[in-house]
Amino acid sequence: MGDVTSLALDGSEQGFATTRVDALLGWARKYSLFAYPFVTACCGMEFMALTSPRFDLARFGAEAPRFSPRQSDLLWVVGTISQRQAPVLKRVYEQMMEPKWVLAFGTCASSGGFYDNYTTVAGIDKLIPTDVYIPGCPPRPEAVLDGLMLLQDKITRNDRRPGAVKPRFDPVQEADRLVRLRRSASDPRDLVPALKEQEARARALASGGDR
Amino acid sequence: MSILVLDKLKERFGAAILETHSAFGDDTAVVEPAQWKAICTFLREDPALDFDMPIDLCGVDYPERTPRMEVVMHLYSVSKGHRIRLKARVGDDEMSGAELDSVTSVWPGMNWLERETWDMSGVRFRGHPDLRRILMYPEFEGHPLRRTYPAQRTQPLVAYRSAHEAGVPVDKLAPFGPDEGMPFGRHPHPRAEDN
Repeated sequence: MGDVTSLALDGSEQGFATTRVDALLGWARKYSLFAYPFVTACCGMEFMALTSPRFDLARFGAEAPRFSPRQSDLLWVVGTISQRQAPVLKRVYEQMMEPKWVLAFGTCASSGGFYDNYTTVAGIDKLIPTDVYIPGCPPRPEAVLDGLMLLQDKITRNDRRPGAVKPRFDPVQEADRLVRLRRSASDPRDLVPALKEQEARARALASGGDR
Repeated sequence: MSILVLDKLKERFGAAILETHSAFGDDTAVVEPAQWKAICTFLREDPALDFDMPIDLCGVDYPERTPRMEVVMHLYSVSKGHRIRLKARVGDDEMSGAELDSVTSVWPGMNWLERETWDMSGVRFRGHPDLRRILMYPEFEGHPLRRTYPAQRTQPLVAYRSAHEAGVPVDKLAPFGPDEGMPFGRHPHPRAEDN
């Protein structure tokens, strides 16, 4: 398996370069992902944000959607997959050409989320091999970009083991941190300096108006 | 206005209206299942009542009661601006006799709602033109909103990947714990100690 360093073009200072074919292929593939969006639920709104100019998926060469699985090599599973949809998803995956990758977008696609009942497939990995899991309900577009970059890295390294986007911080710990922060401040306005500045400005304006 | 609907019902059907109550403008009548269609037709056609809009129909399972299944119908009158909730109790412990007359001839819009009630709770509607499942797939066994349906039971249409195919135990497939990355925890939230 090629690793990232093998892409450094050895001997380029002498006017020629060597690399390995699989590394070169991986490098080419990771910047030309043709996406098939399988969008079933509310995560789709976040997917729209992701593909819009603000987050600009085109930077990663993955912006072109192909609405036929036969022309695409990256399957975005965006949203909850119900038992009734499972055959459709499996069939879409089977129609894609090798090499192909699967991104589980959001908690429902990754693990079923809170739909722990008769309707829902508890994670698309029960049906098809999944490369990258992006948790979040829905995930922030930044988290999705993290996932896409993780996938690109895996493609370069030809690594088919599943990977997950780790949250930047543990949401449970974060709630506690905020509570502690709030309690540690005698005046809550100390936590947001901008509030004090705003007050000072308002006071200055008011006293100026008196004169 | 709202009392008028219940009064008219009681006046017209008498003993077939088993219970009524009215709280905060919210009227409910529990009716005799045998009179279900006659009562619906009356509500639709009486010019003073004129319930022209079927809102909802569903089944509620009370396993400790006999009859066990309560079918709840919500109606609204666009012209008069009043509402009523009708209930009929059907079905014994084994859900035999859980049947009602279909009211699709009264409100065509009840067609899909009756199919949903059949799908989810297993109440049959006599005279329904096309009583098939509407939310679940035809292969599905049982009725998931009955209390006797096991909460954990799934009926996959596609066989799940085996551990051999996946290379790892299937219940361990996802490379993260059940809590990781969720905006809320399944474990109780550890509270900050009170100062």
